[in-house]
Amino acid sequence: MDLQIALLLSQDGIVNGAIYALLALALVLVFAVTRVIFIPQGEFVAFGALTLAGFQAGKVPGTLWLLIGLGAAIAIVEVVIAMRSGALRRLTSALGWNLGYPAVAAAVVFLGEPVSWPLFVQVVLALAMVVPLGPMVYRLAYQPLLSASVLVLLIVSVAVHLTLVGLGLLFFGAEGSRTPAFSEASFEIGGVVVTGQTLWVVGASAVLIVVLYLFFERSLWGKALRATAINRTGARLMGISSTQAGKLSFVLAAAIGALSGILIAPITTVYYDTGFLIGLKGFVAAIVGGLASYPIAAAGAILVGLLESFSSFWASAFKEVIVFTLIIPVLVWRSLTTRHVEEEE
Amino acid sequence: MKLKPLAAGLIAAFATTQALADITVGVTVSATGPAASLGIPEKNTFALMPTTIGGQKVNYIVLDDASDTTTAVKNVRKMITEDKVDVIVGSTITPNSLAMIDVAAEAETPMISMAASARIVDPANPKVKWVFKTPQNDVQMSTAIVESMLSNKVQTVAFIGFADAYGEGWYNEFSKIAELRKLKIVANERYNRNDTSVTGQILKILAAKPDAVLVAGAGTPAALPQKALNEKGYKGAYYQTHGVANMDFMRVCGKDCEGTLLPAGPVLVAGQLPDSNPIKKVALDYTSKYEAAHGKGTTSTFGAHAWDAGMLLQSAVPVALKKAQPGTKEFRAALRDALEGLKNVTVSHGVVNMSPQDHLGFDQRARVMVKIENGGWKLQQ
Repeated sequence: MDLQIALLLSQDGIVNGAIYALLALALVLVFAVTRVIFIPQGEFVAFGALTLAGFQAGKVPGTLWLLIGLGAAIAIVEVVIAMRSGALRRLTSALGWNLGYPAVAAAVVFLGEPVSWPLFVQVVLALAMVVPLGPMVYRLAYQPLLSASVLVLLIVSVAVHLTLVGLGLLFFGAEGSRTPAFSEASFEIGGVVVTGQTLWVVGASAVLIVVLYLFFERSLWGKALRATAINRTGARLMGISSTQAGKLSFVLAAAIGALSGILIAPITTVYYDTGFLIGLKGFVAAIVGGLASYPIAAAGAILVGLLESFSSFWASAFKEVIVFTLIIPVLVWRSLTTRHVEEEE
Repeated sequence: MKLKPLAAGLIAAFATTQALADITVGVTVSATGPAASLGIPEKNTFALMPTTIGGQKVNYIVLDDASDTTTAVKNVRKMITEDKVDVIVGSTITPNSLAMIDVAAEAETPMISMAASARIVDPANPKVKWVFKTPQNDVQMSTAIVESMLSNKVQTVAFIGFADAYGEGWYNEFSKIAELRKLKIVANERYNRNDTSVTGQILKILAAKPDAVLVAGAGTPAALPQKALNEKGYKGAYYQTHGVANMDFMRVCGKDCEGTLLPAGPVLVAGQLPDSNPIKKVALDYTSKYEAAHGKGTTSTFGAHAWDAGMLLQSAVPVALKKAQPGTKEFRAALRDALEGLKNVTVSHGVVNMSPQDHLGFDQRARVMVKIENGGWKLQQ
C-alpha cells in the first residue's frame, strides 16, 4: 500500500462517513426527543434517491401513493377523534395538511412534466414528496404511544421498517437505480482525482451540520427540541408540546435521510433496501456517541467510513464483520464509563 | 364393525373425487427479499403457462418464500399436506431448494428447482431421485468463460464476487477450471450486494494489473465494480456471469458495460440464433408471450427457467397420465419416472436429455457467449 492508495481510501471513507454522520445525527436527534430508536431512518435514504430516479425516468414514483395513503389514513384517524371529542373546529387544518398537501403534490406530478425540469427542481420536488412521510409516520405509528417504554417504541420501529421496505419493493421493484451527478467536474489534488460529486456530498453534509447547529442554538424551535430532549416534563410545563417536538424531529430526520439519499444516488446504485445498511452504520456511529452526543456521533461516523474503506482493501470478505464488530469495544467502553457517571451522581 | 366398510366407502368415494381432480402444481418462488429480481419474473411466468396439459386442467398454486429457507420449507409442507400437489416447482435460490429436497423426497413428490447449484441434483444423494432442475450448472458457465478468456489471450484474471453463496460458488468453480487451463487468478475480492462503495477492492485489483476482471454478481449490483473500475481507468477486458442477464443491469451500468462478455442461456439472444437451432423457436415463443404481457425488453433468463420447468411438465405429464390419475401417490411416482425419462425435449434454455445420473440434462447447447454492444446483447460465435 502506498500513499496514493491510502489517500484514495481515505477520500472514499470520508465521503461515506459524511453520509453516516448525517444519519447518525438524525438518529441521535429522534432518540433524544422522542426516545424512538428510528430504524426506518434508512428507508428515507432509499425513498429520496429512488423518488428522484423515478422523476428522471419519467415515472410517477410510488412514494406519491404512500403520501396519499398515509394522508388519508391520518385524516380518518383525526375525524374519528374529532367526532368523539366534539372538537370539530381543529379538524380543518389537520384535513388540509393530510388530504390537501398530497392532492397538491399529485397535481404537480401529473399536470407538470417533472422529467423535463432541471435537476435542482426535481430534487426539491423529491424532497417535498418524501419529507412529509416522516411526520405522517410519527402521527400514525408513534404519537399514540407517546408514553410507551423504549422497548415498545423499538418494536414499533421494527414493524415500521419492515412495512416501509416491503412498500419500497412494491413501488420501486427489486432492481436499483442511479441518478446523474450534480456536477461532472473533477480535480486532481496531490495525484488523487477528486470528483465534483464527492465534494458535493462532503460539502452538503458540512453545511447541514452547521445549519443544524445554528438551528439548535439560535432558533426557538431548536431550543424547544433541546428542552424536550433534556427534560420532557419540564419542557411541557414550559408550554412545549411533546407531540409538536416529536413531529418536528421526524420532519428533520426524514429531510436528512432523503437528502442523504439524493446525495449518494449518483455515486452508487440505490436499491429499495439499500437504506437499512446505511442507516445501520449511522446507528453504529450514533452508538459511539452514546445516542446523545452529536459531535462524537459525527466523529464516530467518519471512523466507521474510514474503517469500512480500509477493511475493504485489506479483507473485503470481512468488511461488514469488521465494521459491526466495532460496536463491541464501544459498548464495553460505554458501559464502563456510564457506571462511572452513575457513581458520580 | 359396521363403521369400517362405511369408512372404507368414504375413503373410496374420496379417492374417486381425488382421481377426477385436476393436476395441481405447487410453486414457491422468492418474489420478495434479496432474490426478488430473480423471483418476480419467475412468478410472472407462471401466469402465462397453459391451463391444461394432456386434456387435464392444471392449477398452479404460487407462493412467495421471501428468499427465506424456513418459509420455503413451510410453503412446501403446506402445499403437500393441504393442497395435495402433484409436483413442486421451486425455489428460486439454492439454499431454499436444498432445504426443500428432504420434504419432497419424504412425501414422494417430484420437485423441479429453478436454482443454479449443481448440488441440488447431485446424484450421490439418494433423495435427489425426486429432484430435477432447469438452470444450467455454474460449472458449465465457468467453462464457457475460461474458454472465452483463453481465446482472447487473457493470462491473468482478477475475481470480484458477492460475499455470499453466489460469489463463493462461482469462485470455487471458476478457480478449479482456471487452474486446469493455466489461467492465473491474481486477485480474489468480495463485496456486498448493498455496498455503496467498492473502492478498496478496486484499488487492490488495479494493483495486481490483471488482463481481465470477472465480476460474479447478479442483477444491478454487479454494475458497481465495473463502474468503479472504469472510473479509475482500468483498460482490460470485463467478464460478467449470467446473473446479470436482464435489462435493469443494462439500464444501471449504461455505457460503462460496453464490450463486456458473459455466458448466458440461449433464450437471452433468441432472435439472433440461427434458424437451424431448435431452441430458437421455443425461446422466441416464450419471449413474445412474456413481452406481450409485461412490455418490450422485460424478459429475463430467470423467468425462462420457470417456463422450462413448465415445459418439462408439459412433456412428462401426458406420459404419467397414462399410468395413473392426478392426486394419487401413483401419479406422482409416474410423473417422476416420466421426468427422468425425458429425451430431446427442447426448452428455451437448451435441449434436455434426462437420465438417472443427470437430472438437469443440458449439454453445450444450453449456453452461449454474449457481448454487450450498444446497450443490447450480441451473440458471439
